[in-house]
Amino acid sequence: MLTITDLHANIDGKEILKGLSLTVKPGEVAAIMGPNGSGKSTLSYVVSGRDGYEVTEGSIVLNGEDILAMEAHERAAKGIFLAFQYPLEIPGVTTMTFLKAAMNAQRKQRGEEELTTPDFIKRVRAAADKLGVSQEMLRRPLNVGFSGGEKKRMEVLQMVLLEPKIAILDETDSGLDIDALRIVAEGVNALRAPDRSFLVITHYQRLLDYIVPDSVHVLSAGRIVKSGDKGLALELEKNGYRDYVADAA
Amino acid sequence: MAAVQETVDKVRSVDVDAYKYGFVTDIESDMAPKGLNEDIVRFISAKKDEPDWMTQWRLDAYKRWLTMQEPVWARVNYPKIDFQDLHYYAAPKRTPGPKSLDEVDPELLRTYEKLGIPLREREILAGVEGAAERRVAVDAVFDSVSVATTFKAELAKAGVIFCPISEALQTHPELVRKYLGTVVPVTDNYYATLNSAVFSDGSFVYVPPGVRCPMELSTYFRINEKNTGQFERTLIIADKGSYVSYLEGCTAPKRDENQLHAAVVELVALEDAEIKYSTVQNWYPGDSEGKGGIYNFVTKRGDCRGDRSKISWTQVETGSAITWKYPSCILRGDDSRGEFYSIAISNGHQQVDSGTKMLHLGKNTSSRIISKGIAAGRSDNTYRGQVFAHRKAKGARNFTNCDSLLIGDACGAHTVPYIESRNASAVFEHEATTSKISDDQLFYCMQRGLSGEEATALIVNGFVRDVLQQLPMEFAVEAQKLIAVSLEGSVG
Amino acid sequence: MTPRPPVIRTKAETSLVESFAQASASLPGGDAVRGARTRAFDVFHERGLPHRRIEAWHYTDLRNLMREAYPIASGVAAKAESGLRVAIQDGVCTLPTGALPAGLKLTAMRDALASADEALIHALFPDQGADDAMAAFNAAMARDGVLIEVAPGAQIDAPIELSFTASGDAPHGDISRCLVMVGAGARASILESHAAPARVQRNSAMIFRLGEAASLSHVFETCAASPELHVATLIAEVGKDAAFSSFAFVCAGEVLRRQAFVRGVGEGVKIALRGVSLLKGKQHADTTLVVEHAVPHGESREMFKTILDGEASGVFQGKVVVRPHAQKTDGGMKSQAILLSDDAAMYNKPELEIFADDVVCGHGATVGQLDEDQIFYLMARGIPRAQAEGMIIEGFAREVLEFVEDEAIRERLGAGLSGWLARRAS
Repeated sequence: MLTITDLHANIDGKEILKGLSLTVKPGEVAAIMGPNGSGKSTLSYVVSGRDGYEVTEGSIVLNGEDILAMEAHERAAKGIFLAFQYPLEIPGVTTMTFLKAAMNAQRKQRGEEELTTPDFIKRVRAAADKLGVSQEMLRRPLNVGFSGGEKKRMEVLQMVLLEPKIAILDETDSGLDIDALRIVAEGVNALRAPDRSFLVITHYQRLLDYIVPDSVHVLSAGRIVKSGDKGLALELEKNGYRDYVADAA
Repeated sequence: MAAVQETVDKVRSVDVDAYKYGFVTDIESDMAPKGLNEDIVRFISAKKDEPDWMTQWRLDAYKRWLTMQEPVWARVNYPKIDFQDLHYYAAPKRTPGPKSLDEVDPELLRTYEKLGIPLREREILAGVEGAAERRVAVDAVFDSVSVATTFKAELAKAGVIFCPISEALQTHPELVRKYLGTVVPVTDNYYATLNSAVFSDGSFVYVPPGVRCPMELSTYFRINEKNTGQFERTLIIADKGSYVSYLEGCTAPKRDENQLHAAVVELVALEDAEIKYSTVQNWYPGDSEGKGGIYNFVTKRGDCRGDRSKISWTQVETGSAITWKYPSCILRGDDSRGEFYSIAISNGHQQVDSGTKMLHLGKNTSSRIISKGIAAGRSDNTYRGQVFAHRKAKGARNFTNCDSLLIGDACGAHTVPYIESRNASAVFEHEATTSKISDDQLFYCMQRGLSGEEATALIVNGFVRDVLQQLPMEFAVEAQKLIAVSLEGSVG
Repeated sequence: MTPRPPVIRTKAETSLVESFAQASASLPGGDAVRGARTRAFDVFHERGLPHRRIEAWHYTDLRNLMREAYPIASGVAAKAESGLRVAIQDGVCTLPTGALPAGLKLTAMRDALASADEALIHALFPDQGADDAMAAFNAAMARDGVLIEVAPGAQIDAPIELSFTASGDAPHGDISRCLVMVGAGARASILESHAAPARVQRNSAMIFRLGEAASLSHVFETCAASPELHVATLIAEVGKDAAFSSFAFVCAGEVLRRQAFVRGVGEGVKIALRGVSLLKGKQHADTTLVVEHAVPHGESREMFKTILDGEASGVFQGKVVVRPHAQKTDGGMKSQAILLSDDAAMYNKPELEIFADDVVCGHGATVGQLDEDQIFYLMARGIPRAQAEGMIIEGFAREVLEFVEDEAIRERLGAGLSGWLARRAS
């Protein structure tokens, strides 16, 4: 599904990723854990194609296709979805307008028919009901005035509608209380499928109680320094990142 | 909380006419005759034994001044000033010049004692706990003439030059000549040009490359003589990678007539240098009927000439009948930064038109403006500020917050910002509010036992907190007292 | 007391001064009107064209921008239309045919002037803006326009459309002056739309007087082909408990100066001035407002959004004045601009002038470029960059467009916005 090989990336001339390699198989839920400043957010931005990051070495291959030369929206159409740690507010653009624009932009790039309005509304309604997103929220400008929990639910709603191949969850648990966390996790779990992978980036093990990973990778100083199964997350919870920070230094 | 209590006590003990610093010092003084002409300019220059180029510089300024008109755009009103009815030079009369403070006229020393200015180094050293680490070198300027500078030797050891500008013209003419008038050109504006022609003294500071000035530098200005204008000139140069913090305090005796103060301050910060300039301005504001008081027409400007340099202005303006000043930053060096923190309080019949200019010329320059205006009595208080991004000022950033507080319904508070962006990547944010102290806040404090005036002082101190925090500690305490004194009588 | 430099007449000033001399005898109105015109002309004559040393015109130097004054059109009346559509072509009014709703009266200004009584003259030549040279020139020279009277209590649902056009290809100037009187408790809305071949210099004035508890919403709109130079003055006096709102949609014209002088004269007024300007090429649009609260319990809201591309320049000068004793005034002003090009420039000057202590007033101004984080967020959902930028700009503008009450007008302006964005993208 996703193969990252020897990835080096800079921002403002400073190297953040220093030879990161990682493979995520179809259907796999891979957790990336690491201390602050290890490059977790940079990894999510580099994979999703944000401007300002310079990849100096290495490759990112999605289903056999190198995506590094693609722009962010092209990668999105190829099936990469980033659930933002801090979803952006877009004043004046209603959530419905945005959802339709995003879904149709992706379909257009893939050479598919655009959705008819009734079809679009039906899909949004179904997904929104399941996630407890109100009609009122859908009429409001995207994320404007939403609470932290509402914003994260909106991210999951978008994930459901855009049906990605690989979803990257960037610190999705930050700022969520237990109830909101459970709703988000249920939404994600419902999307687990043999042809869909997840990259769950988190600082804490807490989220992994709800989204149980197939593999756990420790990111430190820009590289994966240890990989294991879900037991590794528990070990990190107990011992912290000390050992790995020292290793990397 | 101790400081707040002190403020409150002060409010109780002082009445509005009792301007604390309004005493006249009885010292013989040496004065030029009234009026201004080329001969007076030459007289001032000769008194200072200045080099020829300096005399010529003054004369050029004088000729230019004759062609200029008084600015009228500020929101201030005053009768026309008769510039021929002023003395342009007044100095405390003294024998050849004191070798040490012991030779200074004891009357003068008493004046400074009354002002609470520690001129004697031992007093400072014998002072409160921690004084040794927070020493302040003082240059006292009395009617335009510097009378004493402390801690000179210790500063010299660090390579810092801190002396009256008249002395610097003798000892370091090359430095003065290189920088004087390069930030505020001779032709800049009516008052600055006048100052260039007739300034009699002021402070000069040079901090050499890489030096962090070991103590705060301070100048106290006082206008003593009648019918004098005070025209001091300050020039501060922070060479590459250096740092200096400079404090300025001002007082004047009570006089029925208005007195003119037209100073010029020039700051130059070279690469990686930082200058912090703080002012507590407490010139006599006139009496409760609006009679007398200082016209404070001052040009202050800093030039962030080098990359990554920084200039920060902090001012607490409580005095003067009229204040007309806009301490500004020219952000020329890439990544340079300018700051302006201001508290301007007006009461009685005071008029304040003050603010700043942040001129973004270099790349990735940033600036921050925090202005707190408080109007009481029958005063008018205007914030006027300009933020400008040049076409080439890529990545310029500004944040401005100016808040006004009105106390009573006979005063005015005005905000006039000019926000000019000529670069797409510049991001400017400006916000301003005007409000009064809410009845709920007052009631809350009073219910807890504070009087109306105490509660007002408390709330105002909270309102200006962001700016007070920028002041060096000694000044912050003094400023807080001043605020309370200035607002005396404002609560009906 | 600004000392004025010695008056050196520019070519344009000289011809404007001459045009008054030529026209004055033939201008409609009796002695009282003529007196008001002469006083207004004196203001213009003394000041000349505004220039950068006149504070209120600092960013729109008309002396420089108006090198030549085009001859003022003798005027070709347009064909009359039906419904509520008043055509003002070359400054000449043509009233619609057919019946008008009850309580609405339309009169050509030339006729109103000819028989004006004292009250009408007072309303037509108010002191607001009287110091402004261009508003004064309008007062001196206006020959026609329309007088709209809404009787007390009348509720006119459909917007009254004032369509300003120009005839012919020859460069010319046109001048018009309109007065809208809304009686107590009455309600109406006005759509003022401006079009012209490019080579027109227009000086238009709209004056509003709202009686007690009256309500008026006004929309100003420029169309695809608009005047080369346009000074549009709006003067409003808002009575007790009355609500006045004005919305400006600007996307055309080369140099546009909109100046509004709005005064609340009764307690409980609600004043709302808003607008969107979409500027590109070398367009220059200046919005200058003076909102005055003269009595207590007034509320005012100003919100202006400017989007600048190419070498366009935008100006927002907003001044909120709270007079002594106008306690409990609630004033909020906001100007936001997005610069899409490095050659564009925005000048903001939001002013507060406050003489009463028990008020809540504030203003905010921001200038910046499109937010890269927002763009990335949309791109990460599959939306290409150009479309993402368009969506963000559209959202930015719609935040204020939503305040247009009339749905049909709102949709029409929304289409104008989409069209502008589509042209930009292509």
